[in-house]
Amino acid sequence: MKYVLMFVETEQFAQKLEAMGELERQDAYEAVGRWFAEHADKITHHTHLAPVHTATTMRLDQGEPVVTDGPFVEGKEVVSGFAEIEVADLDEALRVARSWPACPIVEIRPVA
Amino acid sequence: MSDAPDGREVLARVVREHAGRLAASLVSLLGDFSAAEDLVQDAVETALRRWPVEGVPDRPDAWLFTVARRRGLDVLRRESNYRAKLARLTWPVPAERDDRLRLIFTCCHPALSRPAQIALTLRVVCGLSAAQIAAAFVVPESTVAQRITRAKRKIGEAGIPYRVPPEEELPGRLGEVLAVVYLLFNEGYLSTTAERAQAPDLVEEAEWLAALLVNLMPKEPEAAGLLALIRLHRARGAARFDGRGRLVLLADQDRSLWDRDAIAAATALLTRTARAHRRPGPYQLQAAIVACHAEAASFAETDWAQILVLYDMLLHVAPSPVTRLHRAVALRHVRGPEAALAELDDLGSALERYPLFHATRAELLRDLGRDDEARRADERALRLTANPAQQELLERRLGWD
Repeated sequence: MKYVLMFVETEQFAQKLEAMGELERQDAYEAVGRWFAEHADKITHHTHLAPVHTATTMRLDQGEPVVTDGPFVEGKEVVSGFAEIEVADLDEALRVARSWPACPIVEIRPVA
Repeated sequence: MSDAPDGREVLARVVREHAGRLAASLVSLLGDFSAAEDLVQDAVETALRRWPVEGVPDRPDAWLFTVARRRGLDVLRRESNYRAKLARLTWPVPAERDDRLRLIFTCCHPALSRPAQIALTLRVVCGLSAAQIAAAFVVPESTVAQRITRAKRKIGEAGIPYRVPPEEELPGRLGEVLAVVYLLFNEGYLSTTAERAQAPDLVEEAEWLAALLVNLMPKEPEAAGLLALIRLHRARGAARFDGRGRLVLLADQDRSLWDRDAIAAATALLTRTARAHRRPGPYQLQAAIVACHAEAASFAETDWAQILVLYDMLLHVAPSPVTRLHRAVALRHVRGPEAALAELDDLGSALERYPLFHATRAELLRDLGRDDEARRADERALRLTANPAQQELLERRLGWD
């Protein structure tokens, strides 16, 4: 089955990353690189998104399209990237997600 | 009393024993949780309609199997691969031990919400209907039916596997299963709803499930611990309520009503488990605490020092403010009410909305002669509890002052 892992950043996590020294931040990025390498055989596709302040939202349900600045829900938790994986079942997807070394929340959804 | 309730009880027992088995083997066969479960539920409903009239058949399992199979061949017209599998199936179906375990682990998968896990386990493993589950939890039947439908859809669409988790994931996943059984027991033992004080049906289902787990997973001491815990509580059930259905506190219970044989058997199970595994966990420790109470000939002879040690061990493996509250009660008997009250001071913020916190505080304050404060704490407890027996007890206590 195909699943998408949605990586969700929290305000707290962003602050932690901000406060890191150069070396520490490099370590954090390397951990993410290792995770992708380790699961390369299962990852079919992945994307890292630009920071949330670059987001623009368009609502199409109010007659004319309404364009607003910012993400579709204003909150402390924002999606920062995706990885699509091909695994046997939800348990295997959970196992892959469990070792994710960066942001503190991962949403796992099957691809319809 | 007529024979009817007894007959219903027999029926419930037969259904519980066989519906889960049949569900387990059909899910294995079809590989489709939802389709298999629908067939079993249909067969169970037919049985509940016909058995009271025609009598329970000699081989209830074969009967349920035949009805489910026929129904499957009838309704699964579009799923021709299912029909082919069903058509080849003959009685007796191979009822693998692992099939039933797989069923339980799927129903209690952590990707399902706790209410969904509970409803699904009662329905699929214990064979209860949505109406019976709704009655036990005092919620509308449609709520339960919807919960089950959603959970079944999630199992299928999110790819929740039908398997016993591997060794390295087992502790966490078993914890999930035991938590479901424990919650069922707790809800049955002291209901959190206003409609009734206890729901004995749920207690029975919980005991049955715990016993099933002990059978299926003999290497897991916590399953045996949970079973012992449930049995130790049940053994004292007759003394918990007086003739008018009022809650009787441990100190005031008539201990001659306790089932001493059941207490001895459950304690023996606990000791055997502890010796064989030497892996104490939260359920074994809670059971050991209850065993201490159950073995005391009178309230005055309770071994509080031992209980205090067990609470310390329990807090070490499973820290929780509620356990600290219970420990404070033991501490009151070892070191006095002042020391116990000091312990409670730390817990106020965590247990602000927990009625037993305020009721315990009231007792300690009363011990210390601080009656006005005690009264306010009891009133606070009364406002927080929805259980009618607890309310009645608190009202009685407030009436004494």
